[in-house]
Amino acid sequence: MFKRLSIVISAIAVLGMILTACGPAASTYTCTDSIGCVKIGPTDPIHIAYLLVVAGPNAALGTDSRNGVEIAIDDAGGKILNHTVKFDGEDGGCSADGGQAAGTKLAADPTIIAVIGTSCSSEARAAEPLLSAAGFVTISSSNTAIDLTLAGNANQYPGYFRTAHNDKVQGAAAADFVYNFLGVRKAATIHDGSLYADQLQQNFAENFTKFGGTITLQTSVTIGQTDMSSVLASVASGSPELIYFPIFLPEGAFLIDQAKTTPGLENTKIMGADGLYSPDVMNTAGAAVEGFMVSSPLVQGAAYDAFVAKYVAKFGVQPINIFHAHAYDGFNIVKAAIEKVAVQEADGTLYIPRQALRDAMYATKDFQGLTGVLACGPTGDCANPIIGVYEYHAGVYPPTLIWPTQYIKP
Amino acid sequence: MKSKSSYWVKTLQNGLIGGGISLLLGLVGMALAFGKTYIISGVITMGQIFILSPFLFEAFMSVRKAPSKKPSMLLLAGGLTGLVGGALLAAFVLIGEVINYRAVLVNASPNLFALLTFNLSLVTGILVLLTASLVTGLIAAGVFLLPERIKAALSQAVMVVVLLGLFRDLIVTVMLRWGVVQYVFLWMFAASGLKIIGALVIFVLIGGLAYWSKGRDRKAIALKRSPRQQQVTRWSTLGVLGLLVLLLPVILGSYFSEILDNVGIYILMGLGLNIVVGFAGLLDLGYVAFYAIGAYTLGILTTTEAVGLLHLSFWLASPIALVIAVFAGVILGLPILKMRGDYLAIVTLGFGEIIRIVVLSDWLKPLLGGSEGIQLIGKPVVGPLVLANQQQLYYLILIGIILAGFISIRLKDSHLGRSWMALREDEDVAEAMGINKVTTKLLAFAMGALFSGLGGALFATKIGSVYPQSFSFIVSINILSLIIIGGMGSIPGVFVGGLALVGLPLLLSQFADFRYMIYGAVLVIMMLMKPEGLAPEARRRLELHGEEAGPGPQNEPQAVKNNPEAPGGD
Amino acid sequence: MLRTWRQRITITDIFVWAIGLSIAGVAIWGTISTLQQGQYPGKVWLDLSIKGLALGGVYALIAMGYTMVYGILKMINFAHSEVFMSGPFTAVFVAQALSKSGFLDRQPVISLAIISLVSMGVPTLIAILLERICYRPLRNAPRLVPLITAIGASFFLLYVFRGLYGSGSFGYPAITPLEQSWAFAGIQIYKTQVAVIIGAVVMMLVLFGIVQWTKIGKAMRAVSEDKEAAELMGINVDRIIVFTFGVGGASAGAAGVLYTLLFPVVNFYMGFFPGIKAFTAAVLGGIGNVPGAFLGAIILGLLESVGPNLFLTGLGVPSPSQLKDAIAFIVLVLILIFRPTGILGERISRDKA
Repeated sequence: MFKRLSIVISAIAVLGMILTACGPAASTYTCTDSIGCVKIGPTDPIHIAYLLVVAGPNAALGTDSRNGVEIAIDDAGGKILNHTVKFDGEDGGCSADGGQAAGTKLAADPTIIAVIGTSCSSEARAAEPLLSAAGFVTISSSNTAIDLTLAGNANQYPGYFRTAHNDKVQGAAAADFVYNFLGVRKAATIHDGSLYADQLQQNFAENFTKFGGTITLQTSVTIGQTDMSSVLASVASGSPELIYFPIFLPEGAFLIDQAKTTPGLENTKIMGADGLYSPDVMNTAGAAVEGFMVSSPLVQGAAYDAFVAKYVAKFGVQPINIFHAHAYDGFNIVKAAIEKVAVQEADGTLYIPRQALRDAMYATKDFQGLTGVLACGPTGDCANPIIGVYEYHAGVYPPTLIWPTQYIKP
Repeated sequence: MKSKSSYWVKTLQNGLIGGGISLLLGLVGMALAFGKTYIISGVITMGQIFILSPFLFEAFMSVRKAPSKKPSMLLLAGGLTGLVGGALLAAFVLIGEVINYRAVLVNASPNLFALLTFNLSLVTGILVLLTASLVTGLIAAGVFLLPERIKAALSQAVMVVVLLGLFRDLIVTVMLRWGVVQYVFLWMFAASGLKIIGALVIFVLIGGLAYWSKGRDRKAIALKRSPRQQQVTRWSTLGVLGLLVLLLPVILGSYFSEILDNVGIYILMGLGLNIVVGFAGLLDLGYVAFYAIGAYTLGILTTTEAVGLLHLSFWLASPIALVIAVFAGVILGLPILKMRGDYLAIVTLGFGEIIRIVVLSDWLKPLLGGSEGIQLIGKPVVGPLVLANQQQLYYLILIGIILAGFISIRLKDSHLGRSWMALREDEDVAEAMGINKVTTKLLAFAMGALFSGLGGALFATKIGSVYPQSFSFIVSINILSLIIIGGMGSIPGVFVGGLALVGLPLLLSQFADFRYMIYGAVLVIMMLMKPEGLAPEARRRLELHGEEAGPGPQNEPQAVKNNPEAPGGD
Repeated sequence: MLRTWRQRITITDIFVWAIGLSIAGVAIWGTISTLQQGQYPGKVWLDLSIKGLALGGVYALIAMGYTMVYGILKMINFAHSEVFMSGPFTAVFVAQALSKSGFLDRQPVISLAIISLVSMGVPTLIAILLERICYRPLRNAPRLVPLITAIGASFFLLYVFRGLYGSGSFGYPAITPLEQSWAFAGIQIYKTQVAVIIGAVVMMLVLFGIVQWTKIGKAMRAVSEDKEAAELMGINVDRIIVFTFGVGGASAGAAGVLYTLLFPVVNFYMGFFPGIKAFTAAVLGGIGNVPGAFLGAIILGLLESVGPNLFLTGLGVPSPSQLKDAIAFIVLVLILIFRPTGILGERISRDKA
């Protein structure tokens, strides 16, 4: 067996040496960057990778973001600085171990310049140390955990950016809306055991209490639960005026549906977050969706409508959630930064200094994106912190904007 | 007696089944996921291989049962099978022009149709599809006709070419790490898959070697060697292998070390479940419970977060985690001592789920972290060195595996091991023979829990955090599958199973979505065809196939009935 | 050899009884404190009970499939949960198509009939295929082998459906005549709930009737008693087994129809938890016994709806409904330890446990 193997290897080696071409030519640029430079030959592509959830039950989340980036690449003509963009990546599985595995794989590839990702905050916590150590720039379209861009926090790494708002912002906005605009004084929250939902409802609760409201109950359902009768009975016993459940489908659909049939909750207002801003809500919650509100980043305007049209034309489905817009903006921020710092040689060879790229990204200001005018802070928060609240009406999608009132078009 | 007409009916059936399997592979998305992975660049993709191989397989099935061995008959049968299958696909494509499948079947996208029609226009594509399926069927028949040596040579050569093309990315990544090697081998590979010339070279070389080696009588040559020579060979092989295992992380780099670490943890847990299911015959579907207990205990004891107790170091905390896992194993084992078979399986499943629900719950959130899990778990520190990255942790995991393997091997042939096997065969008889059911079963659970807890602790320290989502039922199924594939009770089998079922999907990320579908199919196929596993122990093989032999000629019909046929054959 | 009761009790028995009694004690204490606290008025308990009955009705239909197959083959058809899922998950597209074309509103009865037909037909087909491909060749194999095959088949089906239809959720269109409700004792009882309960009872009577009073039922009972003897008596065992699987599949399909009346959203993993709970119900009532499965399912449905709030609120446990599955599993464990033959149990299961 070994003997056979060695014969094969020697034969291939000999053939190889006969067929090998000459070595590479010399260059004139010397890299002075503190992390290092990526050299891109005249015909080589610029490698941008993704670390998103594209497989498994949460695949819709990551696929949506990836689609957003693909449209951004199309809009850029498929090229940055005349080099084709090579866009591929790994599935993160929305778990820490998935994030670590994917992060290790990406970190081992020195041709990668930037990573669009991750989808879930647990992935980010595991993957970012690896990606940061590898010198990459990471920009996330859907991480919302606060610690990822909190100065001094163990989970905050250099080179990490995000165009998604963090939970502090959304929780505060939702509480503001509920307390000041709706005039609600008693609210209950329900989360679904996921990191995102739990942190968001916690934030909402803290802010709501600070305004002066009372949280009657903070409870939770489990993913896969269909019968919500017991949890709704618990909530009903506190007689809240509003229930805030920042969760996903299908649990959200069941809550919307069953809240109406729970004694005591027939007239209670219900509200979700961007996980329930999706055309699938219309299909799954039926007529009960009337009056259901969701908070979501304010994304409107002609540019966004044009984006949606392109999305539907290319992928055949309506965009899910809103993170695709963040991903679109994320790619474009990276592209702008690359264009700013790349060193071009006469023959088309490109050098991208990594630290300079990061600095350029931190310095992003007045960036016109789909999600608004963006600017990046020193810890990597590039999001536009305006959150809107939308209301569903049966049979109508997308839901209509009801707050902040200054953005509502007449 | 097989009449000719019923044979042709069978052939048609095979063709339809082949077409059905091919269509299924397409509609679940597997063919598409591999649609861009070229095996031979510019010539054939893995997706196309997925579409065409059911025809090959079914044609082979048809040809095998042909009433006569005339070449013309075989070719006719094979070709017909392939053609019928291709016709089914063609019909699907044609109907797809009228009906919009995509509203229901998410993968019936334009890409799928392009794949099925080889990226050509509709009519040309369908013609090419039919021709390709026909040719595939003919190839199957042709191969059947070839003499044994050429058949073996051909299949080995094709398999190697396919494997090299499939794993191109990984091979190239490793080669690029070691600058010298790349000049020697890199020319064979294109941007995706092998270059045509590379494929040809490999094909000729492997085929030639296989042909030549088949001709030699290896056994006779081996027997001729003196015992001393044999011993030297054995020790040197072991030595080289050992050295290789120790140097793997260095040779292969960080990404492969990550994969090896994951495979290693699963192998470790597999060794534990192997004791419970393989040796003692207790089907435990809640194995993930001990994994979770080990991980969470280590987490709570070492984390610097608020939820942590004691803030111990890894070396102090892990023995405690192991003790608690063993304790849990005994506690969970006590109530179920009297249960057998299916009931035991469901109850252990229940336990696994209860543990998962409990660590996720809000109720125990102040103690266990709830949905936010536990972060900032301590890494092992050896003197001045912190074992932080994958390559360093590999050695720790390796020590764990060696320990577990050693304990398993020693236990297997010990009094306890034999008690377990007696219990597995027949509980009542075992008890009658004087074996204390209670202690024996509890020891099995305890040992299983020990290894699983160790696996959990290593997992927690490797990731640095634990989240409840990592401890679902599917982990138990993963581990169960890998010991089944390798062979229940067989220790080398655990390694085989681990590499196959955990290593492969990690290496080929296109499999990610289809991983559990393949696990399920593999479990069913293995149970139907080779229930003793891929690397079974001799006793097991005898057990499962020896039943068919049975005493006396009147059992002959029984044996025929029992002979597991491949699904679709018969 | 006779031994005194003191000699017969082992440490494990004491330990197990201690655990069982403490769990029961906790449940009783919790119930008392919840009722004392008075957080929930009586009508809430009534509402939860009705919902629990309806849920139990769905579990009953799935459980009857499990119990019939177990009675005949002495194996748990693990893949039954996917058989259950296949019905509503396929029928949802039919329902959506009917709704979009307006046919659903014009002819609700016929539409419902069509949807039910699809929802019952697909699982029957899959159950029969399963038996033919996976279980028949392994009829004489050692215990573990068909069980593992069943697990493998379950996962395979689960992910094939995911591959075919995607991982999203799909909603059933509302059927307006069924939307109404009646007011009763301060709560609303919905037509859907009544339909489910009546449907479950009817199906149970039909299945029980088939098993008890038809010739083929007699054959089924014969095969479940002793396969070889039945074969000697001239019963075509293969056909009976196929029939059993088919009926089990149809029952699961009917369960699917009723399930979607209560919970009109389907996705690929919707079968997993109902499957396990239905099996718990079957064991609770006595495996191999159709009325037992029904009874067990009703009890389990009630426990699941009413249980978390009843037992746990009094103890101050936050988010009690997160633990509702745990309650179901604990019930399973307790039943299997203390009364493995189930409530209406048969002796057949004595050597199983």
